[in-house]
Amino acid sequence: MTAFRNFWIVLIFSGLSVAAFSQHDNTQQGHPKGSGQTGNPDAEAHHDCGHLVGETVEGEFNAGATAVHHISDANAIHLYGHAYLHLPCILYAPGHGWTLTTTSAFHAHHHGNGEVSKDGYVLVEGSIMRIKDPAFATGEHPIEGVYHKEVAAGGKTKTIFSVVTGGECKELEAKTTFDGGVMGGGITGFYDFSITRNVFTMFLTALLLFFLFRSAATAAMRREGQAPKGIQNFLEPFYIFIRDEVAKPSIGPKYEKYMPYLLSAFFFILGLNLIGQIPFFPGSANLTGNISVTIVLAVLTFLLTMLSSNKHFWEHTLWMPGIPPVLKIFILTPVEILGIFLKPFTLLLRLFANITAGHIVVLCFVGLIFIFGGAGTSISGTITGALTAIPLTLFMMALELLVAFLQAFIFTMLSATYIGMALEEPHHH
Amino acid sequence: MLFLVDFSVIKPEPGLLIWTTIIFGLFWFLMSRFAFKPIGESLKKRELDIQNSLDEAKKAREEMANLQAENEKLLAQAREERSQILKEAKEAKDEIIAEAKERANAEYKRKVESALQDIENQKQAALVALKNQAGQMAIEIAEKVLHKELSDKNAQEAYAKSLADNIKLN
Repeated sequence: MTAFRNFWIVLIFSGLSVAAFSQHDNTQQGHPKGSGQTGNPDAEAHHDCGHLVGETVEGEFNAGATAVHHISDANAIHLYGHAYLHLPCILYAPGHGWTLTTTSAFHAHHHGNGEVSKDGYVLVEGSIMRIKDPAFATGEHPIEGVYHKEVAAGGKTKTIFSVVTGGECKELEAKTTFDGGVMGGGITGFYDFSITRNVFTMFLTALLLFFLFRSAATAAMRREGQAPKGIQNFLEPFYIFIRDEVAKPSIGPKYEKYMPYLLSAFFFILGLNLIGQIPFFPGSANLTGNISVTIVLAVLTFLLTMLSSNKHFWEHTLWMPGIPPVLKIFILTPVEILGIFLKPFTLLLRLFANITAGHIVVLCFVGLIFIFGGAGTSISGTITGALTAIPLTLFMMALELLVAFLQAFIFTMLSATYIGMALEEPHHH
Repeated sequence: MLFLVDFSVIKPEPGLLIWTTIIFGLFWFLMSRFAFKPIGESLKKRELDIQNSLDEAKKAREEMANLQAENEKLLAQAREERSQILKEAKEAKDEIIAEAKERANAEYKRKVESALQDIENQKQAALVALKNQAGQMAIEIAEKVLHKELSDKNAQEAYAKSLADNIKLN
């Protein structure tokens, strides 16, 4: 059994190292051919934009990067081949104003790269980026190619995207993110409030859940005094589970006030977890594995905890009775205050990390097919890869199904526990 | 296929933050108002109904048990009464039988006694009759004998003299 497991571990790591090498090879490569892109081939000679984005090089496959790409958000939903479901774009650039359009305006063609720039915005791998040059003309302009290059900056390599338009190389910038530059993002020249793939899927999931529950609720109202039936029978045990196993024991007698939030959080997370497991439309959006989503949920739990906290909670947090004051000032109180913020932080990180990790592992297993097959150059390798990857992926997906329920439960359970701690009445010994 | 590594999922994005807040907020409001509230109420009502039904069933069962115990008691009482009556009847019967026996015995005794009396009487009567007849016959015989023996005068006188002697002796 152990030998068997080791075999798989070796296999996975060898796969990852192949991926790493291929990435290394990529950086060593010279200028690509620029196949499949419109534009002037001569233009490439005059600029230093780097390599074309999304081009196919034989034998080259980066499993890690592919996985990360698939769990990322995008402005258009990739259905199959070159078919995209176009979504509305709501963009704001300080100094320029709002731009309302859809992704179809960018004429996404090859690999989600747009052929047209609109108000300085371009589509790169299905995501909107903006030409850094504020003087760049508004309106539509043809794009001759999207390029990227690795630039060493402060011991790290940074990918810089550029487009070639009118024979000129124009550097791009990504949308604003609130990571303070820690994760390679930061505040840039524009904000993206678009209905992205994630927003679209979230809306769809919420709608689906609402109709499911609405039908259960109408059934419950219509069939009053009768035994539950159908969807009502399926959903009610979840409700009872959250009420009897989560809310009542964790919160206590005041549980009823918090039931709607706990239930909403549970079913929202569960719904998003499950829809994120579907590898194709309308699934495929990795929502609970996106930190923005988990931040909102954790902040709501935090706010609810703070709003329901009582005197007893603050007394125990700031000035724990029965402890020497020195200990309180220097150790206990700082730790407790830190704990108040760490609780929601672990909450958001746990959900995010679990779902993201699961998706990456599944995608890496699928990537084995391409690694073994040399990205389609070797048929026998592809078959070997598929035979290896299918049972592994199946196993991982089953595990993810468990994780989907488990993480929804854990988030709800811990939210209830935190609320319960804030509500706790003093014990009389 | 080549994708560029940009681990964007860990970067909080303003767009997704706002949309998540809006969608989850709406979801929370609509679900609690139109789904969780009626479901919770119906569940609570049903639980109450079930509890009430169970309580009622328990009460009914208890009542039934009480009733049964009462029945049992009544039955036992009836059984006791019956045995009492039977006992009494038996006693009465025995008494009657004893009385009847006694009476029969007494009657028998009386009958036997009267029969014996009758027999005695009859016997006496018969004896009297027999005595009379025997006396008659003896007198007749004696008459005939006397008649024969006392045909002469001497003999008569001699006999009379003996008779007179006998009387004297008596």
